Amino acid sequence: MNYQFNWSVLWSGQSGGWLWLGVLTTLQIFVLGLALAVILGILSGALRTAPFAPLRWLAGGYVEFFRNVPLLVWMFFWYFGVPPLLPQVVQDWLFEHGVEFWAGVFALGVYHGARFSEVMRAGIQSIPKTQLEAALSTGLTVAQAYRLIIIPIALRLIIPPATNETVNLLKNSSVALTIGVAELTFQTRQIETYTAKAFEALLAGTLIYLLLCLTISTILAYVEKRVAIPGMIAQGQTGEA
Amino acid sequence: MDFQVVANNYVFLIAQGFLGIGAFTGGTLRLAIPAIVLGFILGTLVGLARLSPSRWLHWPAKIYVEFFRGVPLVMVIFWFWFMIPALAGKSLPEYSVALTAFVIFEAAYLAEIVRAGIQSVPRGQVEAATATGLSKNELMRHVILPQALRNMIPALVTQFIVLLKDTSLASIIGYVDLTKAAQIVNNREIRPFELYLFIAVIYWLCSYSMSRYARHLESRLAAR
Repeated sequence: MNYQFNWSVLWSGQSGGWLWLGVLTTLQIFVLGLALAVILGILSGALRTAPFAPLRWLAGGYVEFFRNVPLLVWMFFWYFGVPPLLPQVVQDWLFEHGVEFWAGVFALGVYHGARFSEVMRAGIQSIPKTQLEAALSTGLTVAQAYRLIIIPIALRLIIPPATNETVNLLKNSSVALTIGVAELTFQTRQIETYTAKAFEALLAGTLIYLLLCLTISTILAYVEKRVAIPGMIAQGQTGEA
Repeated sequence: MDFQVVANNYVFLIAQGFLGIGAFTGGTLRLAIPAIVLGFILGTLVGLARLSPSRWLHWPAKIYVEFFRGVPLVMVIFWFWFMIPALAGKSLPEYSVALTAFVIFEAAYLAEIVRAGIQSVPRGQVEAATATGLSKNELMRHVILPQALRNMIPALVTQFIVLLKDTSLASIIGYVDLTKAAQIVNNREIRPFELYLFIAVIYWLCSYSMSRYARHLESRLAAR
């Protein structure tokens, strides 16, 4: 084996800034995708426990449809399949503002929203039924009871499984390279293509991912400690990776 | 929208893409099934090592699991795709690269399932078996593993669903699985909406039916 190491490709020359650009794009797509996923997850997770069957079916349909298909297929679907069907004005706006980035955010958000929904549902179901009954007996409507009592408690309970899902979302953002989003894995590969330094580029990318995952779980472990409700732990995880 | 394209190409998509029968070495199932079997064997070894009292075994196993759980699968596939040629001096076919990457990656997740399964066997079972005079190996083989395996089955089915969906990522190094087959057809037909929706439905059918099955197994275990 006669491989010549050259670590400087990571910070100097033509490929110097690429890794950093990749990290920034990964963080952008992660934050936007996470925001979408959390909103969809809370909404649909709450609806799945709602005392009104059609709403439960609607939310259940969303969850089962999106989480049982590979993320990569959703990426292709939202990137190649959907934009041509949109009105011309929307298409023009998307093509001017990086359609692959928004398709990536959408694919990640909708897919992980379905998975957050399962976490949320488990959280709500782990709250004793008497909480809802007590809230209703004080005169709150069901919607108010969910907004003011049930969802806030559930959010405090689900942090451990939600941490898992958040880390998964970060790792899955790498799938966006398949539709041309210049995120961290994409840039790692680009450095390899231009400099033929596969080992250096891949090791740097891998370590950055490990560091980001560790940072997320450390932050959320701190949050978990701050907001924990003594004596209550969320039951059940989705168990999926 | 014109679903004629699906009617014209579904044989190729299912036979070549999903099952792996055809001109290319490919197929979603042809990758997923060996990957789960080999991954489970490696995962059992890693899971047992994690529970071993020897720190020379449990620390490397812990690092293995934590490492692969902190890295995206896409990255792991690229590691094997670029490093195998650099180390071996020649490139291997996509199938071998993808299979190696999946076995090693999945083993980290399967190891955790194996560990949880073994830890779910009540302590009294171990004590009773030891009291009857079984050796450590006999204890593992005849008492712990059979019960642990039964407890693991729902989680293993769930992990197989994850793996089945993850095999779509093998298409990025050119392995002709269902997703790549749809790309090939789309390059000719330019009908992305219909084609990707069709393969989404195929993935969905497999994945959803298996997840129902896993839930059924779980409730049967809970009732025992």
